[in-house]
Amino acid sequence: MQEELFTSGRNIPNIDPSLEIWHWPISVYLFLGGLAAGLLFFAALITVLKKDKEYPTAVKFASIVSPIALTLGLLALFYDLTHKIYFWRLYTTVRMESPMSWGAWVLLIITPISFLWVLSYYTELFPKFKLKFEFLNTLETFLQKNRMNMAYILLPLSIVLGVYTGILLSAFNARPLWNNAILGPLFLTSGLSTGAATIILLANTAKERHLFSKIDLGLIILELGLIIHMLMGMYAGSEVQLEAMQLLVNGEFTMMFFGFVVILGLLVPAIMEFLELRGFKIPVAVPALLILLGGLIFRFVMVEAGQITRYLY
Amino acid sequence: MRYAMVIDTLKCVGCSDCVVACQTENNVPIGYCRDWITETVNGAYPTIELELKSERCNHCENAPCVRCCPTGASHQLDNGIVLVTGDECIGCGACIESCPYDARFQHPDGYVDKCTFCHHRLEKGQLPSCVSVCPTKCMYFGDLDNPNSEVSRLLKNRKHKTLAPEAGTKPKVYYLI
Repeated sequence: MQEELFTSGRNIPNIDPSLEIWHWPISVYLFLGGLAAGLLFFAALITVLKKDKEYPTAVKFASIVSPIALTLGLLALFYDLTHKIYFWRLYTTVRMESPMSWGAWVLLIITPISFLWVLSYYTELFPKFKLKFEFLNTLETFLQKNRMNMAYILLPLSIVLGVYTGILLSAFNARPLWNNAILGPLFLTSGLSTGAATIILLANTAKERHLFSKIDLGLIILELGLIIHMLMGMYAGSEVQLEAMQLLVNGEFTMMFFGFVVILGLLVPAIMEFLELRGFKIPVAVPALLILLGGLIFRFVMVEAGQITRYLY
Repeated sequence: MRYAMVIDTLKCVGCSDCVVACQTENNVPIGYCRDWITETVNGAYPTIELELKSERCNHCENAPCVRCCPTGASHQLDNGIVLVTGDECIGCGACIESCPYDARFQHPDGYVDKCTFCHHRLEKGQLPSCVSVCPTKCMYFGDLDNPNSEVSRLLKNRKHKTLAPEAGTKPKVYYLI
């Protein structure tokens, strides 16, 4: 029997709240960042492949969501800072060892580009509302000519954004649940999948819907594989990792993780998308919304559960 | 120069004088602390072992908090002391998540705070306040690079341990057992 008591010093009733310092804004940001990464990646990919006329939702309509998601995500991040007036310190240094630092820099570049991307489609998106200022029209024409260049910048940056939301957590060796190398690819896949789901939700041609259903199906299978990888890796891990994994497979987050993330957020929508592709009449909004909700709950589970896990000494 | 602290668990009585001295010396806000006492009970009656430890930031050689800090507010001095510059800290909490010892906390003013090994006292040639007040003199402070320092000699002659060495942090607070 080992018992560890804090006899003094720490204000004991407040230990947990003061150490578990990441709350809902972080989970919401990780979800929105992944979603924006997915949407921007597909918009850029379709543009680079010169298929933008065939798949207008991916490059045009869905791309309105990414600057909104990024803005809300950044507001959530800013809200979570406790020393807010010094946030500009992020941009006085580049720290290669800190995932948060390169995340901050990537966001500084990708957020304006996501706005410019929407502006480049402004006339097509909002034909009834003319731009008031002449320079905005000039800018729009300029951006239309440079859309391919923007796509080439977005392609790698959106992948970095998607991976970084996972690496951010996996870089903390003090939290055994987070500290596994698969979290980066897993969050990227989940982000791409939520991006594809948003495009399915907004698409108005069957052709585009089916293409992204197929892509999404592949991503879901990949994500399930990566989740199995993560759990297998922890099964073979040290004591702290075994203990961390218990939270997901046999503990307080099991229902949330397997019920809402794996079954309702991945398996059920995968089956529905598969049946829809086979010709069954299924409203595609249902699997798409399930995927989005599953992605959000996944971030909450990982952020909340990860902060409970720790080294015991 | 590599500063380290050595704490004799066989001499510690868990009086918490170090905790209060630190709070007074460093103006630690009420309800928070930079060091604390743990009481670990091992075994089953009647063979029970009790270990008392005064814990704090381990000023790790491989400090995860310094690595993950996005602004460079968390930094390590040449003498190994890990410090936080308050007006470079944005309060993101990454360092708190990264610390296996949970040694950091968010100061009510927003920035992250923790033990400094009483850096300001060392500059004046004084010992850290916790070490200086310990009534059983169970705490020692000095330079690991100097083979004749008290801490080096104690570590050479006595059985000792560090906390969670498996976290790979190379902590520099040693416990004599």
